[in-house]
Amino acid sequence: MDNQKWEVVIGLEIHTQLATQSKIFSGASTAYGAEPNIQACAVDLGLPGVLPVLNEEAVRMAVKFGLAIEAEIAPYSVFARKNYFYPDLPKGYQISQFELPIVGKGYLDIEVDGVKKRIGVTRAHLEEDAGKSLHEDFHGLTGIDLNRAGTPLLEIVSEPDMRSAKEAVAYMRQLHELVRYLEICDGNMQEGSFRCDANVSVRPKGQKEFGTRAEIKNINSFKFVEKAINHEIERQVDLIDAGGRVVQETRLYDANKDETRSMRSKEEANDYRYFPDPDLLPVFISEALKAQIKATLPELPGAKKQRFIEQYGQDDESATTLTSSRELADFYEQVVQLSAGEAKLATNWMTGDVLGALNKAGLDISHCPVSPERLSGLIKRIADNTISGKIAKQVFDKLWNGTATADEIIEQEGLVQITDMGAIEAIIDTIIANNQGQVEQFRSGKDKVFGFFVGQVMKETQGKANPAEVNKMLMAKLKG
Amino acid sequence: MSLTADDVKKIAHLARLGINPQDEDNYAQDLSGILDLMVQMGSLDTSEVLPMAHPMDQSQRLRPDKVTEQNQREKFQAIAPQVEEGLYLVPKVIE
Repeated sequence: MDNQKWEVVIGLEIHTQLATQSKIFSGASTAYGAEPNIQACAVDLGLPGVLPVLNEEAVRMAVKFGLAIEAEIAPYSVFARKNYFYPDLPKGYQISQFELPIVGKGYLDIEVDGVKKRIGVTRAHLEEDAGKSLHEDFHGLTGIDLNRAGTPLLEIVSEPDMRSAKEAVAYMRQLHELVRYLEICDGNMQEGSFRCDANVSVRPKGQKEFGTRAEIKNINSFKFVEKAINHEIERQVDLIDAGGRVVQETRLYDANKDETRSMRSKEEANDYRYFPDPDLLPVFISEALKAQIKATLPELPGAKKQRFIEQYGQDDESATTLTSSRELADFYEQVVQLSAGEAKLATNWMTGDVLGALNKAGLDISHCPVSPERLSGLIKRIADNTISGKIAKQVFDKLWNGTATADEIIEQEGLVQITDMGAIEAIIDTIIANNQGQVEQFRSGKDKVFGFFVGQVMKETQGKANPAEVNKMLMAKLKG
Repeated sequence: MSLTADDVKKIAHLARLGINPQDEDNYAQDLSGILDLMVQMGSLDTSEVLPMAHPMDQSQRLRPDKVTEQNQREKFQAIAPQVEEGLYLVPKVIE
């Protein structure tokens, strides 16, 4: 695309499933992965005579989110019916919010390539999720599972403030991190707990009015968001360049083909005829409730990152990595505390070996085989020079693959660093005595032979000598 | 304010109502009458009146977040036209 000529405008709508035990308007379970329809009760099925009763926790979670993005919390908000017909929506309407959403204008700060940017959040509203349609062949019919129907959603709508697919991904990541910090959503994208629709348009640079937008539905991974948006930008630019016009429509991203295609069936159904739901009264949020929820807010990612930089002397990159989830940050702080403040070593080990091994094993920090206690045990022995950095890596392997503590491993394997300089001197003397030929070579100017001597000493001490000390002593002796 | 027969057809379709084509004009007239009444009401000065979202001017009661429902799938599915493997079966919907 010609970046000089076109400007891209992106807004995201993100649906987060709230991590409540029960549904937003019924007492059915929201647990994922149950047998079809065993968690769909009379309310979720929209049977005649049932009435919705609002889940207190869903309201609290929405308020918590609003407070975290410095948004206006509506003192008075209203549920509305969004009317459309689809088999996974038994009532023929979705209970949502329209004119008076619970969370008003707020913002989220993102960073792309070192540049900070503030993205506006227009609103966030509570609504119920729909069921699932299974289009596999049931003799030409569609199977409907309504377990998900009624699961609480917080739909978070951004301002059209993003100007590239990268910014959109950064915003999405930031939001994903935030809802997990707040513990209002598990963020599991495979299970559909965090779903994204993108509104994308292009306009000639300098033009004030927005171009006509297309909405891309259900892009369920960070990777696909960037690809889907970039693909859609290209499609629109090509269309306009060829003299065509973008039409307002809903498009579905197909990850297998890396393309978006029109969802024609939804076009004419776009008239939702919202009206206030007579089954539900307005929700009042008092200042007292807001204050009470505010007091439960955890330290947010941005503040935590800043603190890690100041308190632990981390660089920006390490702090970003180690605060990317609350679990990871807590793990790190536990290690620092248990290792009596070895923040720098803890940072190096966490961002290096620990995350590397977790990545390789496909695990997240909550499933790390090495507990903060055992990791700090290792760090303490590096800090007090019991073992060298090189030996530490061996010990870490054993920590990872076993249950012993670092001290037990060091003891059993006899890995203690030799600090007795007399012992090392004796070893060096023997090696020099047994390798007179190499000594001559070294003295005649062949510096490379030095490596041979270091290797011999390390072999003899099984890597337990401090390399810096060995180098110093060897050099002195060889030079005679 | 008046609705045409085409408006009536569209509204009926959105609400999935089957109406008789010969009744369309009558519906258009009746519905227009309702809209006229709204316009008439709109001329009242309501600047001092707070809008109500519900005739009962009370706050929504909230329910504690507890699972209280048991699995009653068998009972619910006994009245469904067609089920298989625990799923409700419906005519195919193609996106």
